[in-house]
Amino acid sequence: MENKTLEKTCDIVVVGAGHAGCEAALAGARLGLDTVMFTVSVDSIALMPCNPNVGGSSKGHLVKELDALGGEMGKNIDKTFIQSKMLNKSKGPAVHSLRAQADKQAYSTEMRKTLENQENLTIKQGEVTELLVEDGKITGVKLYSGAIYHCQAVVLCTGTYLKARCIYGDVSNYTGPNGLQAANYLTDSLKSLGIEMFRFKTGTPARIAGNTIDYSKMEEQFGDERVVPFSFSTDPESVQISQKSCWLTYTNEKTHEIIRNNLDRSPLYSGMIEGTGPRYCPSIEDKVVRFADKNRHQVFIEPEGLYTNEMYIGGMSSSLPEDVQDAMYHSVPGLEHAKIVKNAYAIEYDCINPRQLYPTLEFKKIKGLFSGGQFNGSSGYEEAAAQGLIAGINAAMEIKGQEQLVLDRSEAYIGVLIDDLVTKENHEPYRMMTSRAEYRLLLRQDNADLRLRKKGYQVGLIDEETYQAVLRKEEAIQKEIDRTEHATIGGTPQVQKLLEEKGSTLLKSGTTIAELIRRPELNYEDLAPIDPERPELPWDVKQQVEINLKYEGYIKRQLKQVEQFKKLEAKKIPEDLDYEKVGSLRIEARQKLELYRPISIGQASRISGVSPADISVLLVYLEQYRRNS
Amino acid sequence: MDATIAAISTAMSASGIGIVRISGEKAMDVIANIYRSKNGKKDIREVGSHTIHYGFIYDGEEVVDEVLVMIMKGPHTYTGEDTVEIDCHGGVYAMKRVLETVLKNGAIIAEPGEFTKRAFLNGRLDLSQAEAVMDVIQAKNSMALKSSVEQLKGSVQKAIREIRARLLHQIAYIETALDDPEHFDLTGYPQELLEIVEKESENISNLLKTADDGRMIQEGIKTVILGKPNAGKSSLLNFLVGEDRAIVTEIAGTTRDILEEYISLNGITLRMIDTAGIRETEDIVEKIGVGKAKQMAEDADLILYVVDSSLPLDENDREIMELLSGRKSIVIYNKTDLEAAVSIEELKEKTGSPVIPVSVVEETGLRQLEDEIRRMFFHGELSFNDEVYITNARHKAALEEAKESLKLVKESINMGMAEDFFSIDLMSAYESLGRIVGESVGEDLVNEIFSKFCVGK
Repeated sequence: MENKTLEKTCDIVVVGAGHAGCEAALAGARLGLDTVMFTVSVDSIALMPCNPNVGGSSKGHLVKELDALGGEMGKNIDKTFIQSKMLNKSKGPAVHSLRAQADKQAYSTEMRKTLENQENLTIKQGEVTELLVEDGKITGVKLYSGAIYHCQAVVLCTGTYLKARCIYGDVSNYTGPNGLQAANYLTDSLKSLGIEMFRFKTGTPARIAGNTIDYSKMEEQFGDERVVPFSFSTDPESVQISQKSCWLTYTNEKTHEIIRNNLDRSPLYSGMIEGTGPRYCPSIEDKVVRFADKNRHQVFIEPEGLYTNEMYIGGMSSSLPEDVQDAMYHSVPGLEHAKIVKNAYAIEYDCINPRQLYPTLEFKKIKGLFSGGQFNGSSGYEEAAAQGLIAGINAAMEIKGQEQLVLDRSEAYIGVLIDDLVTKENHEPYRMMTSRAEYRLLLRQDNADLRLRKKGYQVGLIDEETYQAVLRKEEAIQKEIDRTEHATIGGTPQVQKLLEEKGSTLLKSGTTIAELIRRPELNYEDLAPIDPERPELPWDVKQQVEINLKYEGYIKRQLKQVEQFKKLEAKKIPEDLDYEKVGSLRIEARQKLELYRPISIGQASRISGVSPADISVLLVYLEQYRRNS
Repeated sequence: MDATIAAISTAMSASGIGIVRISGEKAMDVIANIYRSKNGKKDIREVGSHTIHYGFIYDGEEVVDEVLVMIMKGPHTYTGEDTVEIDCHGGVYAMKRVLETVLKNGAIIAEPGEFTKRAFLNGRLDLSQAEAVMDVIQAKNSMALKSSVEQLKGSVQKAIREIRARLLHQIAYIETALDDPEHFDLTGYPQELLEIVEKESENISNLLKTADDGRMIQEGIKTVILGKPNAGKSSLLNFLVGEDRAIVTEIAGTTRDILEEYISLNGITLRMIDTAGIRETEDIVEKIGVGKAKQMAEDADLILYVVDSSLPLDENDREIMELLSGRKSIVIYNKTDLEAAVSIEELKEKTGSPVIPVSVVEETGLRQLEDEIRRMFFHGELSFNDEVYITNARHKAALEEAKESLKLVKESINMGMAEDFFSIDLMSAYESLGRIVGESVGEDLVNEIFSKFCVGK
């Protein structure tokens, strides 16, 4: 036993300072626990090593939810965005989704500032190499330097750094993204603790010097005229800034030919890359091979920030050799003379099979060990941040002896994300998609505060004042809905004229304001002239009134489904249940249940290989168990 | 609250009476909707618990059956819930009709073992019975699942799979456009989808008609004809399926290698197994070997053993007779127009089965054969897989649900709703159809999106 090492004690250790690590560390510290965050490079806190944006379809929902719970990502992007757009505006409110281009450096710097100013939080550069576990409970971590930090909980947010390897062509470097140092020891420590590891892969496109691009050959892509902030706490006026444009161009047959002629030099096809890549984020060579009939693919040129002239070449990630990349990018209109600042590359890294986690993001095997982000087999900044927040909250809750936070599939996209990770078989980096949320009409980005502020308040990340404001909002919405339901209206000339103007059927008999709002061609605002009793209300209250009335039928149907869903979620399975004793389960089901150890009948029913009959059997067994104990 | 469930709770043979049982919160509503007393004045909701009432079951204005209804209010019932039992006429057709009427009026068909499960969960069964309850649930389900897919005709399975694939493609297209709005444009798409949805609704309606005609699943008494070469098997088959008999053949375009034929004898359907083999060659045992004959015999509800009465029994006959033991069979004592080399008594003694003298050539004895089959059926000696009818009802309910979901899609399109609303109901239709072919959704959608559409940054 060496006794000349540094030994310290804290409450929570967070490993990693990416988007998951930042949220976990802030949550732990804000909940009053002495938190230490380790990173291999303090200068790379909240780094965005791939795309320069936050949000997008369904990912925008995650950020809004995280914000409602008391996370930081929404606030941070509001401070540092350079363009913002609400996607899917022409579609239903459930799929409206905010996406903002970030000034990468500013994003990183702002987040670092927030972390540095956070009480109870220590930032420390260093590589964690070993987890210290006693009797199935975490007791601390050991660093490369030999230093030991004793703690009660650890949150692993190692991102793509574990045994990371960056590859293009036949060039491969054992580094993390952007040449940063990889973490090469922790995997072995995890394996020795019996944790099952996966090896995943992802990739990023080249960065090109903006002043060598010919924008006249591209279509300019503007942000929205009126920007909506991510955070419910941000003053909407503060985000009306002058915005930077993105640019759209296309690949062509020549690009595809260059790629096809050099496929044999791709490490993906030569077998040099072993990791499993995501299907939703294919490299350009993948797209050309798999969608051979498409003669062009979109390429988005996005600024990396205000500080730099570098542009991100969205849609053209690759791991082809440097010379092929050069030729390939130059074949794209507008990029003929472009200078490549950073080559595109693929990156391989170790992560875990996430079924080893409870929905609290704690390891089933090791008490006090939590994890979030790409380490859990997900991909994306937003997915990472959301998990980091939940893992951080639950590490704190466990230490404080309070009830942990588990969001279910009917409460939040975050719930869907985590449930999918811990319940389904994941064979590739997991990305959030709106189609994964079965109750998406209820899980809108516009009502994330109404859904989740209360949970954030219960946990302790949302203050009293903010919470009371949400309660008042809720009340105002209900009051206004009730009023419109009872506000009767007749076919007066004024009313008929307005209806005619809006192309709506004229009234034959009396109706209510609510009924008129339900008509597809009318909205809440339209009816102001014929609704004299209408009170002055904030825009977000009006928006909720309108959505709730307009989509009432659909919403009610989903609420009914949720009711069914909740019944099964509420049936908890005791942690120590011995599935061997449930004789009538089929062998496959028994093995799966043993492996996943679901916390509820609902979760059990979503495990592949568990049939409805197995669920019935389990219900009967639980009743037997209950009567026996 | 849990849904109100219904099922036929007696065996599906042609016994005297059949019982349709309803259990759940809405059991009284269901019966009130469909029951009328003789004078039409009795309000079935108002009667006392554990009482029996004479009357009629109505489907709209049409009388379905004359019945006795037993009203039992929870918790003193088998399941602990409000329970209604309808004693109807025992015929397969009557029971089926009563069950379908019940299902139309607010009940859903019970999962296998569900009554027992509820009885246990509601504390109506003793703790000591838990193991048995779990065994019953698992056994009944695995049988139902097996029979459900097996009984589905190849052509129907194929049709449903194709509808599902087409629906999934549309869902994936919409979802891709939602996830990646900058790459996928939905302009003009709703009209396109409307046409597709109308087409698929029609396809589902056609399947429903098939279900109504009972052609969707393979109902009937599985019957196999065995006998030595030249005993007269194919002549018997030809006679049975002769022009005055109803023949239902397999729908064209299926992949099954066994050709099946359905023979209707005054309302009793015989499903003939491996008739192709018989038609091709008389030497069925020889051709396919005893092993296969044995397997066919095991699958059969009824064996027709054809004996050439003009030849003495030999080794082949002994092998066939071994197959008969423990199974329902009828010995066809054929070629009575020739001189007998084996006696009826000997065959009776050796097989323990009824022996019917027949001459296919002279067309005698066939009437007696028919009578014997009907006698066996109505005495409940011939039973066949009851699950068949349940399966049919289940499939029909799922088809109706799918059709209803597609109707909602059409409504959304016509109302000018946004595209994301369409995929919700399209998905429900996809799920409902999946239940028929025994497939759950799982990762289907995500896989379809990634394999068919080029997404991603």
